[in-house]
Amino acid sequence: MSSHADTAHHHYTTTGLEHRKLAIWAFIGSECMLFASLISTYLIYKGRSIVGPFPHTEWVNEAGQVFKPILDIPVTSASTFVLLMSSLAMVLALQAVQLKDTPLPAGANWWTRIQRSSQTWLLATALLGMTFLGFQAYEFTSFVHEGLTIKTNLFGSTFFTLTGFHGAHVTAGVLWLFTLLWIDRTRGLGPKDELIVDIAALYWHFVDVVWIAIFTLVYLIQ
Amino acid sequence: MSHDPKHAAPTAAHHGGPHAGEHAHPDGWTYVKVGAILTIITIIEVWAYYIPALVASPFFNPSLLIMSAVKFAIVVMFYMHLKYDHKLFRVLFTGPLIIAMGTIVALLFLFHQLSVKF
Amino acid sequence: MATIAAPSLASAGDAYAENSGIWSWITTVDHKRIGTLYLWTALFFFLVGGFEAVLIRTQLAQPNMGFVSADTYNQLFTMHGTTMVFLAIMPLSAAFFNYLIPLQLGARDVAFPRLNAFSYWVYLFGGIFITVPILFKVAPDGGWFGYAPLTTTQFSAGINIDFWVLGLQILGVSSLAAAFNFITTVINMRAPGMTLMRMPMFTWMSFVVQFLVILAFPVITIALFFLMMDRFFGTQFYAIAAGADPLLWQHLFWVFGHPEVYILILPAFGLVSEVLPTFSKKPLFGYNVMVYSGIMIGTLGFGVWAHHMFAVGMGAVADSIFSLMTMLIAIPTGVKIFNWIATMWSGEIRFTVPMKFAIALIGMFTIGGISGVMHSSPPADLQQTDSYFIVAHFHYVLFGGSIMGIFAGIYFYFPKMTGRFLDTTLGNWHFWLNFIGFNLAFFPMHFSGLLGMPRRIYTYDAGQGWDLFNLTSTIGTYILVVATSIFVWNFLRSRTRGAVAGNDPWGAATLEWSIPSPPPEYNFAQIPEVTSRYPLWDLKDPAKTAGIEHSHADAMTITDAHAVPMHEETERHTAKSLGIPMPFPTAKPFFTALAMCAMIGGLLVMRTGNMGLALAVMIGSAALMVGGLYSWLTSPLE
Repeated sequence: MSSHADTAHHHYTTTGLEHRKLAIWAFIGSECMLFASLISTYLIYKGRSIVGPFPHTEWVNEAGQVFKPILDIPVTSASTFVLLMSSLAMVLALQAVQLKDTPLPAGANWWTRIQRSSQTWLLATALLGMTFLGFQAYEFTSFVHEGLTIKTNLFGSTFFTLTGFHGAHVTAGVLWLFTLLWIDRTRGLGPKDELIVDIAALYWHFVDVVWIAIFTLVYLIQ
Repeated sequence: MSHDPKHAAPTAAHHGGPHAGEHAHPDGWTYVKVGAILTIITIIEVWAYYIPALVASPFFNPSLLIMSAVKFAIVVMFYMHLKYDHKLFRVLFTGPLIIAMGTIVALLFLFHQLSVKF
Repeated sequence: MATIAAPSLASAGDAYAENSGIWSWITTVDHKRIGTLYLWTALFFFLVGGFEAVLIRTQLAQPNMGFVSADTYNQLFTMHGTTMVFLAIMPLSAAFFNYLIPLQLGARDVAFPRLNAFSYWVYLFGGIFITVPILFKVAPDGGWFGYAPLTTTQFSAGINIDFWVLGLQILGVSSLAAAFNFITTVINMRAPGMTLMRMPMFTWMSFVVQFLVILAFPVITIALFFLMMDRFFGTQFYAIAAGADPLLWQHLFWVFGHPEVYILILPAFGLVSEVLPTFSKKPLFGYNVMVYSGIMIGTLGFGVWAHHMFAVGMGAVADSIFSLMTMLIAIPTGVKIFNWIATMWSGEIRFTVPMKFAIALIGMFTIGGISGVMHSSPPADLQQTDSYFIVAHFHYVLFGGSIMGIFAGIYFYFPKMTGRFLDTTLGNWHFWLNFIGFNLAFFPMHFSGLLGMPRRIYTYDAGQGWDLFNLTSTIGTYILVVATSIFVWNFLRSRTRGAVAGNDPWGAATLEWSIPSPPPEYNFAQIPEVTSRYPLWDLKDPAKTAGIEHSHADAMTITDAHAVPMHEETERHTAKSLGIPMPFPTAKPFFTALAMCAMIGGLLVMRTGNMGLALAVMIGSAALMVGGLYSWLTSPLE
């Protein structure tokens, strides 16, 4: 696959850094503004919905029907934990790829061994990401059943759009992770592939930190 | 932003050269400890949410914001290894982040979700 | 300088001969050819936008004219603004980014050549998508700023605004992709010794612009996404009855919109900063300060947006802060103007056509800048806002600034791009008619505006003191038509008949002039090691740069086995004969761009009421796009 080994000079870079890594950081910087716009709008409209259901308070409609505060903190805490753990798995996947060619010390224990298995950690990251998406799908459907859609009120519009944007980012990340897993299974990822795992990891962790902000600003702060 | 494998080879070798020092990442055990700290902070956050007296106090929102900022910073520094990486990446990330946060705060003032009492 | 230019031109023809079919343009990943595509496409849209302006001015020539209907007029002024901002000035700047940044840096291409092609194709398809509706009189009609809730379905039920919402979304992808590419290119593809503070000023200003793009465009992306959700899926972001705030769109739009103003002007500032030193035979005055003021303008540009909204009543505190910030941003801008003047001061000035345009920028932009400072004061702004005074102001900065700068750039770099000069006589006619027509068209608007003539009205009654000013503006516009026609003729004719230009026809200082015109596909046969800001002057005329501080022995010099001392390259080879690997041509970016545009545009099918078909189009295109991306990313670059 390395047909142009002699083109190394073409990869001379001024800073010694990789093009793609610079680009992904610039992309992440740009994404900060994307989520800043979404989060601002959510916060600007906080408490401005004319009808319920509301996130943190009860609402009684004209027919006397009672709508409980709609946010489900225990479920979301669980999904937050899942996403945090996926970040841990991701950083271990990168480490496994970096260490692929380093020989294991004699008598290494299970923890040292499993740290070398990039496929385990890539798969774990992707599955945890899918679990997070499962939680989100459950959350969205139960909200719809309780009478909150994107059309119901300002809270519905802003909430579903903000968390939906985040969910779309997770979905793209899961696809990316499965692609890496597929490359790992077909030809094996090693230290020379550090970069392509690193940029996926940076993206994945960024999606995680966005959720850290969303969890506090949307779910916990009333 | 292509990530075709053909290009990884010479560049990874390049990485091992002059900038090897910047890639002295912590080991797996450190990552697990960081994950544990993140989990503990999350547990404290959720625990605080269920104490009505805390929620009613004026310290609730600031302390939650601080805790989430700490989590944010930990993930960026350790998992995104910004702490160990080239300073250029730090500039590329913190510059936009500052402008983004400034924009959020300015918008919240403009829409009266935040205000300063004189 | 040993080789004369004519034979090198002939061999240029040979080198490109196998590469001249339409398929070669669709598959090209060469930054110079992509730059050429940008230039031609953007000039075409510049003519379209100009034609729309002619129709507008014809309607306004006299009171109570019935040349176009109110509805058509709304479409015309919306599309004039949208076209000039997104389809003409930005891509004209992009043409120079593409063509010049790698050449000025001493690189052989941009960091991501295929992403670069993708950016262009997305721009072309987005441009077509947003322009074609006007032929069927269903063009967007909500102004280039598209204020919601006016643009929600409640007040704009037709398909017009849909084209605008989706079209701008597509164009945003193009700008963002290009910006990531150029940021990486500037940071990472500088020739050995080319430190940041040795970069040519055009590259510096372009570098700042890319950061403005990556930070401003996500905001309009979200604002447009909300509007799209409101229009197609019934969300309530801009639904006042549901409690939405009528200022949400305005704030989000101008958080984007003000940095956008600097996105439009800074590349032109960069171009004249190349032209003025060359024709004054002096280094740019205050290079460092020029860099810092550019960065200052870019940073402060994110803190002034609400000065577009003084009339909405934000309160005294907000008004004062944004007023102060706006006055503050005038300082780095003024610094640039004084530095340009100081660059010319006591220089050996040659009044070539590009120099005339560059000097015109200084004067005309200053007028626009001063009227800008006038309405940074809220009480003054309340008199001026939404009047023709504002129209005069932003045409002085965008036409008098950006367009004059871009014309300076076109006359200056045409010899580099084609190997031939634009004709000087025609160029002088173009310049003077352009200058006179521009001032006749826009200066009277200051008066009609202060006399109370509002913007965006399709006609007006006689006897309000506006008649003469409007007629003058219209006459000025017709003169601009003549001027632009001369330019188009000159542009088309000089490509094959212009006087032949060599490597360095103007005696300029930077790397792009050290290689043949037009540059060979590989740009530099040997990457030069850069030791100062003015490498070519150091080489050919050391006396010119002797008096200014720049080191030849630089601690930061990066030694690369493939770099050689600064030199001129006069011979033309092929990349193959030199053993320089070039990226493979590929149509994958083209098809990926097409699929992405179809995916976004597929939403329009929903308007037919056939939800199934709409979903099929969008999901089908999305699948094609993802497939295209996979195929692209897994195939080798070179």
